[in-house]
Amino acid sequence: MTPADREEILVNKVKNAFRDAVMETAVYRGEVTHLVDKMALRSICTFLKTDPDLKMNYIVDVLGVDYQTRVPRFDVVYHLYSIIKKHRIRLKIRVAEGEAAPSVTSVWLGANWPEREVYDMFGIVFEGHPGLKRIYLPEDWEGFPLRKDYPLRGYKDRYNPYGEEKE
Amino acid sequence: MSDNHEIITTKEISLHMGPQHPSTHGVLHLILDLQGEKVVNTEADIGYLHRGTEKIAENLLYFQFVPYTDRLDYMCAMSNNLAYVQAVEKLLGIEITERAKYIRVIAAELSRIAGHLVCIGSAAVDLGAMSVLLYAFRDREMILDIFEMLCGARMTLSYLRVGGVRYDFTDQCKEACKKLLELLPKRLEEYDTLLTHNRIWIDRNRGVGVITGDDAIELGLSGPSLRACGVKWDIRKDEPYLVYDRIDFDVVVGENGDSYDRYLVRMAEIRQSMRIIAQCLKDLPDGPFTVDMPQIVPPPKPDVYKNMENLIHHFKYVSQGFKVPKGEIYSSIESPKGELGTYIVSDGSEKPYRLKLRVPSFMNLQTISHMSKGRYLADVIAIISSLDPVFGECDK
Repeated sequence: MTPADREEILVNKVKNAFRDAVMETAVYRGEVTHLVDKMALRSICTFLKTDPDLKMNYIVDVLGVDYQTRVPRFDVVYHLYSIIKKHRIRLKIRVAEGEAAPSVTSVWLGANWPEREVYDMFGIVFEGHPGLKRIYLPEDWEGFPLRKDYPLRGYKDRYNPYGEEKE
Repeated sequence: MSDNHEIITTKEISLHMGPQHPSTHGVLHLILDLQGEKVVNTEADIGYLHRGTEKIAENLLYFQFVPYTDRLDYMCAMSNNLAYVQAVEKLLGIEITERAKYIRVIAAELSRIAGHLVCIGSAAVDLGAMSVLLYAFRDREMILDIFEMLCGARMTLSYLRVGGVRYDFTDQCKEACKKLLELLPKRLEEYDTLLTHNRIWIDRNRGVGVITGDDAIELGLSGPSLRACGVKWDIRKDEPYLVYDRIDFDVVVGENGDSYDRYLVRMAEIRQSMRIIAQCLKDLPDGPFTVDMPQIVPPPKPDVYKNMENLIHHFKYVSQGFKVPKGEIYSSIESPKGELGTYIVSDGSEKPYRLKLRVPSFMNLQTISHMSKGRYLADVIAIISSLDPVFGECDK
């Protein structure tokens, strides 16, 4: 299969199956990205995993991106790979502050830890996650460090004299 | 004596293993629920080494982040360097020189051998075979000596740079590599006699921590641990980068997906890496080892003193860095532990807007509760060692 055929499948197969849910599709440096509707995420993921042409059986990563000034504020990005078909795809959903994202742990169990990491770093809650709690930071930590408004050196307290003063 | 057999009832207890336990490979904290000596449930508590690497990256120029990648999987710094610089190059859309590609492959494979040696050595010491650790470190020393020859550092190398490599691969290094390739096969045979055919080693590892290929894929396992389950997936073969498509090597797979197979796969991968290095040494072309783009690779320091133009390039590089086109990319390599990926969102400035490291140790560690369920406490040690987590990487 040539790279062009592969791209064709990755782009059109998803677009045709979910006409209303795929909001934007981009191909940049050979990587296919679909911006999809949050509500349809789980059904799209199930489709990607089970469709015989796509067979996305491996979840590579789940991560968040904070666009501080944009509304809705966050992107949650899913990197998927097919060990059988050897192709990659990227899905994106937009999540506003305080809003929950659907968890894909019911589709791939491996999404468990990365989703916890996104929660830990951005404070995005995943609905349907079997045990959503912080993963790197202590459970009583305040704030979400990878948000753009979190200071690089953290907040000042008794352990961190170089941190910024909290307003 | 009564006929009634007394049933010894044991209460479930919760045992904390680590984070200072010597055989948890760093700072892994496991909370084990035990029924007698059997593990009912395992919960991994990580994050003791969390340094906020991704947050740091957002505040650094692209080239300034390379030294931080050394400190992820500090056993195989070359692979980390490679994963990062390759991602930046993909975003920049530049193609590095042929010589640099070969040098990078050699560097990455040397680093894979070093990483696997540490893994095998420390797995052995965890199960009581102290001598193997010392032998493994002796052999790893030869690789570290080559690295020292190459760039002056032994562990935190920062040898690869955006646009090529930092120093040339000299003939002296070539000779040292050849010597290594000559010596290592004999040393590996020694390991075979010490471990592969050792009854205690087999008893402690065979059938321990079994995971099926399907379960492993579902849970996000990658690298040698996944291949030990019989899944033939190697990024070097399936999505070849650098010059791996021109090199003849085999993807080693196991059958049973137990600790013993994971060990065997690593041993076999060392042998494959040696094959790769031998071919690269043979084919290593002449030519420049960096791209000719002064804004990305500044001129060598001696030239900066003699030429105004070079001085300007050097000054601009150090003070402002280079701009990277707007966009987002994901690029991954087959690191010794598994799929090591870098996802960069660029807003067109000199610093990444968001940099995400997809680290294999983190994802691999997810499988630990599946693997250790119903096993003995002592098996948990064997399982951790066979997964080879490195916490610099896992905790980021």
